Amino acid sequence: MAKFRTWLPWLLLVAAALVLPAILPPFRLNLLGRFLSLGIVALGIDLIWGFTGMLSLGQGIFFALGGYAIGMHLQLLSLAPGELPEFFGLYGVKQLPAFWQPFQSFVFTGLCIWVLPALVAGVLGYLVFRNRIKGVYFSILTQAALLVFFNFFNGQQKLINGTNGLKTDTARIFGELVGSDAMQRNLFWLTVVLVMAAWLLCRWLTRGRFGDALIAIRDDEPRLRFTGYNPTAYKTLVFAIAGAMAGVSGALYTVQSGIVSPQYMAVPFSIEMVIWVAVGGRGTLIGAVLGAVLINYAKSLVSEQLPETWLFIQGGLFLLVVTALPDGLVGWWRQGGPRHIQAMVGWPPLAPTYPGLDLDPAAQAERQAFSSDVPPGGAP
Amino acid sequence: MDLLYDTLFNGLAIGSVLVLAALGLAVVFGLMGVINMAHGELMMLGAYTTYVVQNLFKNGPLEGLFPIYILVAIPLAFLVSGLAGLLLEKTVIRRLYGRPLETLLATWGVSLILQQFVRSVSSAFVVGLVVAVALGLVAPRLWPSSWAQRRWTPLLAVATWLFSGLIGIILASGLGGIRVLDQPWFSARNLDVTAPLWLRGSVDFGGVNMPTARLFIVALTAIALVAVHCFLQKSVWGIRIRAVTQNRSMSDCLGIPTETVDALTFLVGSGLAGVAGVAVTLLGSVGPNLGGNYIVDCFMVVVLGGVGKLLGTVVAALGIGVLSYVIGSGSLLLLWPAMPAGLNELITFFATTSMAKVLVFALIVLFLQFRPAGLFPQKGRLVEA
Repeated sequence: MAKFRTWLPWLLLVAAALVLPAILPPFRLNLLGRFLSLGIVALGIDLIWGFTGMLSLGQGIFFALGGYAIGMHLQLLSLAPGELPEFFGLYGVKQLPAFWQPFQSFVFTGLCIWVLPALVAGVLGYLVFRNRIKGVYFSILTQAALLVFFNFFNGQQKLINGTNGLKTDTARIFGELVGSDAMQRNLFWLTVVLVMAAWLLCRWLTRGRFGDALIAIRDDEPRLRFTGYNPTAYKTLVFAIAGAMAGVSGALYTVQSGIVSPQYMAVPFSIEMVIWVAVGGRGTLIGAVLGAVLINYAKSLVSEQLPETWLFIQGGLFLLVVTALPDGLVGWWRQGGPRHIQAMVGWPPLAPTYPGLDLDPAAQAERQAFSSDVPPGGAP
Repeated sequence: MDLLYDTLFNGLAIGSVLVLAALGLAVVFGLMGVINMAHGELMMLGAYTTYVVQNLFKNGPLEGLFPIYILVAIPLAFLVSGLAGLLLEKTVIRRLYGRPLETLLATWGVSLILQQFVRSVSSAFVVGLVVAVALGLVAPRLWPSSWAQRRWTPLLAVATWLFSGLIGIILASGLGGIRVLDQPWFSARNLDVTAPLWLRGSVDFGGVNMPTARLFIVALTAIALVAVHCFLQKSVWGIRIRAVTQNRSMSDCLGIPTETVDALTFLVGSGLAGVAGVAVTLLGSVGPNLGGNYIVDCFMVVVLGGVGKLLGTVVAALGIGVLSYVIGSGSLLLLWPAMPAGLNELITFFATTSMAKVLVFALIVLFLQFRPAGLFPQKGRLVEA
C-alpha cells in the first residue's frame, strides 16, 4: 500500500503526459510544454535560493545561453554546405564566424546546452563567492551581469543577429519541421521527461549531506565555515548546477516558442523567474515547478483578456507572496494553512495534544485497553 | 586639448546625474541594508511631476513665470517622490525588516505597479482607487467592537479589502464609460518636457562648448551633495541617522527612535530620487520605463562606492559616468590618433553605449576582486550578518 502511494503521483503524471496531447489543442499543448520547461529553470532557482539562500537575478543569462546554443545549431542544420544563415547577408558577413563552426555538430550542441551555462555560472560564481560577496550584493551583481550579457547579445548583429534573435521553427530535426504539431508533441514529451529528471536530480542533491550543507549555508554561513567546510566550493557548484538547468530549460523553451532573442536576458524576465519559485514555495521542489506553470498560465490568460492589468497583478503577487505567504503555496499547504482557514471560519479541527502519541495506532489501542481495565474512580 | 575637456565635461555631466540618482539609494542602503528596486520609479515620479508643473506654467496665469518653473518643480518633485517613498516604507518595507532579499522582491513589485500606474492612470482610475482605499480604511471602524477579536477577524479584514477593491474597480470601469474621465493622464507614450529658454543654450568656456542644461545638472548635483552632507553632519537628525547606520541596536538602546529615523531617511532618499527625476527631464523624454534605464547603474555605484560614505558614492558615480562616456563615445581614438592597430580595433569594438557598459562592468568585477567592500569600506570590525 505504501509503495502504491509513492508510485501513484508518477503514474498519474505519465497518464497525464500521454492523455494531454490527445485532448488539448496544439496551441495550448505548446503553451503547457513551454511553461513546464520554465519549471526546470525554476527548480534551479529553488536550489540556489530556496536551499542555499542566494538570490540570483541573473538566471536569464544561462537560460538564454542554452537557447542560443540550440538556436545556432538549428540555424546551421537546415543549410546546404557552404551556405550561410540568411541574416548574415544583411550585415555583409561572408564567412561563418569561427565560434559558429562547432555548432554544426549535434553532439557538441547537446553538450553545450548545459556545459556552457554551467561553466559561465561557475566562473562568475567563483569570482563572486571567493570574495564572500553575498546577500543583496550578490543579487545586484548577478543583475548587472545579466544586463551586460543583454547588451552584448543585443549589440552584436554581425555575430548573432542582435535584437532580432535566431528563429528555430523553420529548421528540421530528423527531417521533421521543428514548428510542426507532431514535433511539438514530441518536444512536450521530452520536456516532461526532463522536468522529472531535473526534479529527481534536485531531490537527490537536497536529500543527502550535500543538501544539509546547502541549508547550513543558507541559515548560518560563518558557522559552517568555522566547522571546517568551505562554503565557496558548495556555492560555486550549486550555482553551476542551477546554471546548467537554466541552460536546458532555455533550450527547451526556445525550440517550443520558435525563437531565441536577447529578450530572454531582459531584466524583468529573470526577476519573474524568482517570483514563480516564491509563489510556488521556495525550499519545496514541487512548488517551483507548480509556480512556474501556474503563474505563466495566469499570465497568458490575463494578457489575452486584459493586458494592462497584468503588471498590477504581478506587482501585487510580489507584495502578497513576500508579506503574507513567505513559504509560497506549497509551504502554506504543508504547514497546515487550510486547517488555519478552517479554524477561522469556526470548525477548528481537533488538535492532538501529543501528536506522536495520540496518532500512533499502537498507543491508541493500549490506551483503550487501559481505560477499560481501570474504572473511573481509580484503583482501590 | 579642447577635445579632452569636452569629453571630460560630458562624462562629468552624465556622472553627476548618476550621483544624484544613486545618492538617495546609497543613503538608504547604508542605513537599512535595503536595496530599493523602486528607486528608478521614484525618479520617474519626479520626472512626471516636472512634466505636470511645466504644463501648469505653460498656459494660464502663471505663463510669465515659465522660465523659472524648474525651480518650482524641484521641491515639488522632492515632495511627491519623498511622500511616495514614505508610504512605501510605512506599508511594505517596515514589515520586512531584516529580510533584505524579500524587500528587494517586494520593492520590485512596487516598481511594476508604479510603472503601470502612470500608464493607465485616468480620472476614473483615481476616483476608483481613492474610493477603494477610503472604504477599506473606514469600514473596519464601523464594525461593532466585539468583532475585533473573533477567530474570523483576519478573514473579515481580507474580505473587507477585497470588497472595497471590487467596489473601486466597478466604480472605475463605470466612470470609464464617460469619455472625459477615461482619458489617460500620461498614457504609455513618452512625453517631452520643454526646458525654459535659458536651459536650452550653451556657454562657450575657453573654447569648450557647454550646454547650460548640463551645467545646471552639475550645479544641482553639487547643491544636493552639499545639502545632504550638511544635513548628515550638522543637523540633529543627521547625527541620529549616522548613529543608526553605524550600530542600530546600540542606537536603539540609547534612545534614538530608529523607526522614525528609518522613515525620515527613506523620505529623504526617495526625495533625492525625485530631484534626479527633474534633472533627467533635461536630458531626454519622460516615459514609464525611465527608471529602468538608470537603476542598474545606480546599483553598481552603490556596490563600487561602498556603504556609509558620501564620498564613495560620488567617486564611484563620476568614475562610472566618465569611463562609460569616454569608452562609449570612442573619443580615445580622437585623442590619440596614432594608436596601434590592435588597440584601435579593440576600442572601436567597445565604442557604443551598450558595449561600454559591458567593459565597465567587467572592470568593476575585476576591481571587486581586490576590494570586495568597495572603494571606501566602513572601518572597524565587520559583523557578518
